[in-house]
Amino acid sequence: MTESRVWSNAVLPTLGVIIAVTLWWLATAVFHIDPFYVPSPADVVETFFRTPGFLLQESWITIQRVLIGFAVAVTLGLVIAVVLGSSRTIERMALPVLAAVNAIPKVALAPLLLVWMGFGDSPKIVMVILVSFFPVIVSTMAGLTSTPADLHELARSLKASWWQTFVKVRLTWALPQVFVGLKVATPLAIIGAVIGEVVNPDHGLGSVIAGSSANSDTALAFVALVLLAVIGVVMFYLVAGLERLLVPWAKAISS
Amino acid sequence: MITIDAVSQTFKGRSGPVEAIRDISLTIGEGEFVTVIGRSGCGKSTLLRMIAGLLKPTAGSVTVAGSPVREPRRDVAMVFQRPALLPWRSVEDNVMLPVEIFGWRKSEYRPRAEHLLEMTGLSGFRKRLPHELSGGMQQRVSLCRALIQSPKVMLMDEPFSALDALTREELAVELQRIHMDLGTTIVFVTHSIQEAVLLADRVAVLSSRPGHLRRVVEIPIPRPRTFGHNAHMEQVAGISAELHTLLLSDDHLQASPQT
Repeated sequence: MTESRVWSNAVLPTLGVIIAVTLWWLATAVFHIDPFYVPSPADVVETFFRTPGFLLQESWITIQRVLIGFAVAVTLGLVIAVVLGSSRTIERMALPVLAAVNAIPKVALAPLLLVWMGFGDSPKIVMVILVSFFPVIVSTMAGLTSTPADLHELARSLKASWWQTFVKVRLTWALPQVFVGLKVATPLAIIGAVIGEVVNPDHGLGSVIAGSSANSDTALAFVALVLLAVIGVVMFYLVAGLERLLVPWAKAISS
Repeated sequence: MITIDAVSQTFKGRSGPVEAIRDISLTIGEGEFVTVIGRSGCGKSTLLRMIAGLLKPTAGSVTVAGSPVREPRRDVAMVFQRPALLPWRSVEDNVMLPVEIFGWRKSEYRPRAEHLLEMTGLSGFRKRLPHELSGGMQQRVSLCRALIQSPKVMLMDEPFSALDALTREELAVELQRIHMDLGTTIVFVTHSIQEAVLLADRVAVLSSRPGHLRRVVEIPIPRPRTFGHNAHMEQVAGISAELHTLLLSDDHLQASPQT
């Protein structure tokens, strides 16, 4: 890595975070905001260290739900996209239904999930899936239909079978687009878990937020929000890192 | 090697049928290098695609090596205007793509791939990805990919037209050398008179819309031919002028009711 790369990849993002936190701090100090409404970063850190074990444990529960739900959503999304991408007829029939399902406000489904699945992990995981599968489908399908005409012609001139064309050309070509969908779906997965936990609290950071408002403990809610943000950022960068690893050629052809 | 017999092609356009090719007959011998020249939109690519079996003629028939063409075949390879390389595959793996698709044994063809890359000056770039190469090098890779299947016939659709002038000349000279070495029958579509004269044994001149064969011009200049100064400058100039006139007078023909 050259010096300028270190600068733009590590130093700049860190600097951005420091500036943001400082502004938050200054705002609470300068405007004398009551910590009951907006606690300062110091209050948040202090609250975290009151019960670090408990908070990390709740974080871990949320992370697990997000990861399981995200994994299922991605698998499901990829499979559905591949099926839709392989047949115009199926695509025409299924797409409006999927779009309709996606258009339903997921919060409205939460009470139903409670009725169907009760308490525990499953309604939260299902919420994660519901919120995050659609971008994966849409982006994968966009990728699968974006194969350049000359590559199609090449495959035809080699008399490649449908399957060979699909695996050796179309699917790999779609990968950069798939990752666009994954990056959109990552924060959505976290949002899904929190919706599930807030509406139907048992454990997890969403439940912490729900409980804190009952106790008027704003600082605790902020701790949970900060932890969620950290989880979101880490997951996003993991997906981006995976993208770099799997499709290093994508940047080169898009420029 | 290739017999094109009274071939016509009509497409269904949005505002009625569009006649792209009208009644072309041409016989191309084994090892011959024929360039097809014409203005843009004269159906030269269409003709090539029919020889390749990518497109069925509306009328007439095409025969390659004694058997009628109905679909793409392994003894016919195509090189396109753009290199059409898979961006995630190394140079070597791109060249091996036909071998994989045909289900041939890879280990048998690796040495051939290496040999071809060496022949085109790419042996140092075997592990590189396409985007790390220049346009001319990418087109060389696609040439190697076509040659790996040891085709009897190579069909080339304006393969050098997207390159800068110098790279173009370089590649044309190289292609000539490869043709002399391997003796592959080549049909080469171009709109460059210079390229046509340098490469071809015969030049088939197409008129535009609908494309039909105006004339076949022999080029009896001995090989290897070169651009720039050489002993046959006058001959080259003469033939070039003739092709020029043929291509330009095209508009004239269109205006008259004849054809």
